Formats: sequence, structure tokens, C-alpha cells
Amino acid sequence: MSKRVLIIEDEPNIIEAISFILSRDGWHVDSHSNGHDAVSVVRARAPDLVILDVMLPGRSGYEILTDLRAQPETQDLPVLMLTARGQARDRELAERAGASRFMTKPFSNADVIEALNALVAR
Amino acid sequence: MPQRQLTGGRIRERRIALGLRQADLARDVGISASYLNLIEHSRRRIGGKLLLDLSAALGVEPSALTEGAEAALIATLRDAATAAPTVRPEIDGIEDLAARFPGWAEVLAERHRRVLSLERTVEQLSDRLTHDPYLAASMHEVLSTVTAIRSTAAILVDPREIEPEWRDRFHRNINEDAARLAQSAQALVGYMDGAGKADAALSSPQDEMERFLTARAHHFAELEGPDPLPEGTISTLIDTAEALQSASAKTQGRAYLERYRSDAMRLPLARLRAARLQAGADDAASDPLYLAARLSVDPATVMRRLASLPQDPETGAQAAPVGLVSCDASGTLLLRHPIEGFALPRFGAACPLWPLFAALNRPMTPIRQTLRQSGQHGRRFRAFAIAQPVGQTEYNTEPLFESHMLILPLAQDSVTPRGAAPVEGPDAPREVGVSCRICPAEACPGRREPSILTDGF
Repeated sequence: MSKRVLIIEDEPNIIEAISFILSRDGWHVDSHSNGHDAVSVVRARAPDLVILDVMLPGRSGYEILTDLRAQPETQDLPVLMLTARGQARDRELAERAGASRFMTKPFSNADVIEALNALVAR
Repeated sequence: MPQRQLTGGRIRERRIALGLRQADLARDVGISASYLNLIEHSRRRIGGKLLLDLSAALGVEPSALTEGAEAALIATLRDAATAAPTVRPEIDGIEDLAARFPGWAEVLAERHRRVLSLERTVEQLSDRLTHDPYLAASMHEVLSTVTAIRSTAAILVDPREIEPEWRDRFHRNINEDAARLAQSAQALVGYMDGAGKADAALSSPQDEMERFLTARAHHFAELEGPDPLPEGTISTLIDTAEALQSASAKTQGRAYLERYRSDAMRLPLARLRAARLQAGADDAASDPLYLAARLSVDPATVMRRLASLPQDPETGAQAAPVGLVSCDASGTLLLRHPIEGFALPRFGAACPLWPLFAALNRPMTPIRQTLRQSGQHGRRFRAFAIAQPVGQTEYNTEPLFESHMLILPLAQDSVTPRGAAPVEGPDAPREVGVSCRICPAEACPGRREPSILTDGF
């Protein structure tokens, strides 16, 4: 049975490209583009893994991740954080919020696939 | 002849030669006219930053105001010593150093001036890069678009078969993203071009407000007249203000001017001036609590009125430099009226040690504190703060509070070098910062994030 990944990202063409490569790699891909209700969407869809952008309309990825980590059913969910910044401080914020892994835009398709496979293999 | 006798007299001679009044020169360098008078009559010693500021204001080299070039050099070295937070240089040996090794002393002084200049640039740029919402959103837009293009292009060049429908779709996406990237990059470059200019590239309604108020020196004579005001006075001020462009800034401007008018009705300038004259001493004439009691108004109104005082029409004296900041109950800065030597953050949160925020914990309890800001080389300020309720009091409803902090410069002869014995008593300064990111203070209980001045980028 294929693994399910939820992409929370507000850039539609990134969602489309990543969905395509992950689907081709055998993933079941779902997406959401709003920060407001992202936590409830994660809980409702119960994915095996989440790709979470930092800068989203409504709420930041850090806030969403902090909420996810505070709930028993999502506290261990693998989360790959995407950000347009790459400073040490942002990496520190992502780690403090509970990110399983951190990736800076612009990344390559191969990086994404490698990161996801590493996270589910844990 | 002692150095200070020469220096005071030279300052006086130069000022008179330029046709400047004491009040004008004092305002330019951020001190009171009475203090300048003491300096000119050799009753106060002068050195450090004040000597540099006075020489700049008088258009001469610092050495022209002192006995010789060594005095200016010594003043700069003394300033450099106060700026070293961890080192404890031998202050008493500065003159010896300048006399025995003038070349090395000059190198040290030149490096100090360069550090000051670079620190100012770093503060401005860091503040902008870290907290500027427009820049953060633009960078995110550019990098997200680049990511979409990179990811899509990689799919298209992949030798594996793609259905024609998907291929066409990705071609279209790349085309759209490329056009969007060109637009975003162009806007970003235009914005960054303006970022290096102090007054350019207004990026937020707060910036627009600040520019609007600075252009008017925080005073609106149109709103000082008796009731009723000519119809549309406030609307005209808003509509004709070049700095107020965004709808948000215009709304903020209107709220500011309506409160200004209300303050002016409750505390007319003539009453405030009379009370200040009667108060006599500088301390009482600028003490908002003292004035509030004498004038039967609340202290925050006095603070706002003190911060909007214009030149005195009778004596021609310039209003003494005054800073004012206000925040709401969330700690968000609502008003920034800067004063030379006490930096205010352009974006983001301020230093939590400011009495402005302590006042929110103790509403209606005025605070009076002496402050020294880290990185501002020992200058001291007197701060008065109070949190007062906003709007009408309602039954069974928690009031909302707004806090105000008036900032007044203290005499420069009380500058204390770091490492020197602390001043005791009520005037012992509390060390505060601007905001954590650009504050060099280590082991601060209020620190939220690391400082780029100690930890680097």
C-alpha cells in the first residue's frame, strides 16, 4: 500500500510539480494551501508524512507544527519543513518547533524524494 | 590654562560668529540651553560624543574647540573606551597613550569612528532584513517561484515518458512562473535600490506616519486654535500630507490628529508654557506628573503635549529635545517620536526592559527611571512612563490600556564609562536595549533571540 503524503504549500505550481514526481515515485499525494485550518486538515486526513511550508496564508508553518507536536496523534508525525529562508536562525526555529527535517527553497526534486524516503525509513 | 576654560570660550565665540542662539545649538546637539550655557562658561567639562556633536554643529574640527589635536583625539579614545562592554581599559592612561604613541592612538580612534559608522549601517540593514514584512514576503515569492520552475524543468528534462497533457501543463506553468519571477525580481531590485537611502522606500504605514510627523516636527498649529475648528481642518491635513499614501497610514494619521486636537483643547499651549515657567527648574518643567497635578490633566496628555511643543513665539527658544513612544496592551509600538541617542526599533518588538512595558504591569502607576541604552556609548536619559485606560470606562468591562514613555536627555557630564563605578541612588541608570537582535547586552533576562552584534549573522 502506498504511503500518503500531505503537502501544505500555497504555491500551486510547486504543489503540482511535487505531486507529479511523488506520485510517479509511488506516493499517494494530497495537498492543502491554507494555514488557518491546516492542523485540522492534518488530523482529518491522517497522512504518513507532511511537507509543510513555513510562510502560509493565515498561520506560519512554525505555529502549525507547534500545534501538531502538542497533540498525541500527531506528536511523532514526520514533518519536512520547507522555507524560503536559509539562515541558521530559521533552522533553529524549525528544529525548536519540532521539524523532523528542514529543506531550503529552491530545492531539487531528488532532494525531496531522498528526504521523504529517509523520513519514512526511520 | 585648563582645557575646559579654552573649550567653553571657543564654543561660545564660534556660535556667536555663526549667529546661532544658545537654544538653537543646544537643540542641534540634544542638550538643554542651560547646560550649554554652563559649558560655555566653563562650568561643565566637555568631551566624548558631545564634543564631536558640537564641533559638527559648529562646522569645525573638534581640535579647533580644544587646546590642540590631542584633546579631540583623547575625547574619541574616551568614547571608544566606554563602548567596550567587556574590556576595562585604563581610562587614566588615555592622555599618556595619546602623548607617547600618537600614531597608534589615531589608528584606534579612526577604527572607533569606523565601527560606529558600520554599527549604524548594520542596525539599519539587519532591522530591515529581519523584520521588513515586504522584503520577507518578496523573497518568499521569488524563491518559491524559482523552486516551482526548477522542479518543473527537472520533470520536463527527465528522459522518462510524460503524457502530452501533463507536458503541456508543465510548459504552461514554467511560462507563467518565468513571467512572475521577472516581475517579482524587478520589484525587489527597485525596493532594494531604495533601501540604502534613509528616507526612501517607505514600506509600512508606520514609516509613512513617522515621516509625516517628522516633517511637521510633531506640531500642528492648525489644531491649536479655539473651538470650533474650521470644518475639514483634519481632513485637509491628511489629504495634503505627501507622506501619507496608504489607506492605513491615513487612518492612523486621522486618529493621531483627532487625539492631538483633543489634547490641545484640554491643555492649551499657553497653559502648559505658563506652568513650565512657574516650575522653574528644568526637572520640574519637564516632569509630566508634576505638570499633570498643577494643570489638572492626566500625565499621558502632558507627555504628548511636551512632545509636540513648538518654538516659543516670544523668546524664540526652540523646544528642548523630547522623545515619546506609545504602545498598546499587546506591546505593539503605536507611536515613535525619536530622540537623538535613544534608538527605537523600526520594525518588530522593542526591548522588554523599557519602563514603557513595565508600566503595563502596573496601570495608572507612573514610573520614573534613568536609562542608558546599550551600544549608545553611555548617554543617559530620564524616562517617565504610565499606562492609562483607552476610551470610555464601561460597567463590568476590563479596560484596555495604552502605555506612554517620555524620554528626556540627561546632562552629558554624567556620562559614565562602562567599567567605572556605577552611579548610586535614584539616578543609577538602568541598562536597556533597542531590540534583542541588535543589542550587545549579554546575559539579559529579557533576551528573546540571539544578537547579531555578539553572535554574528
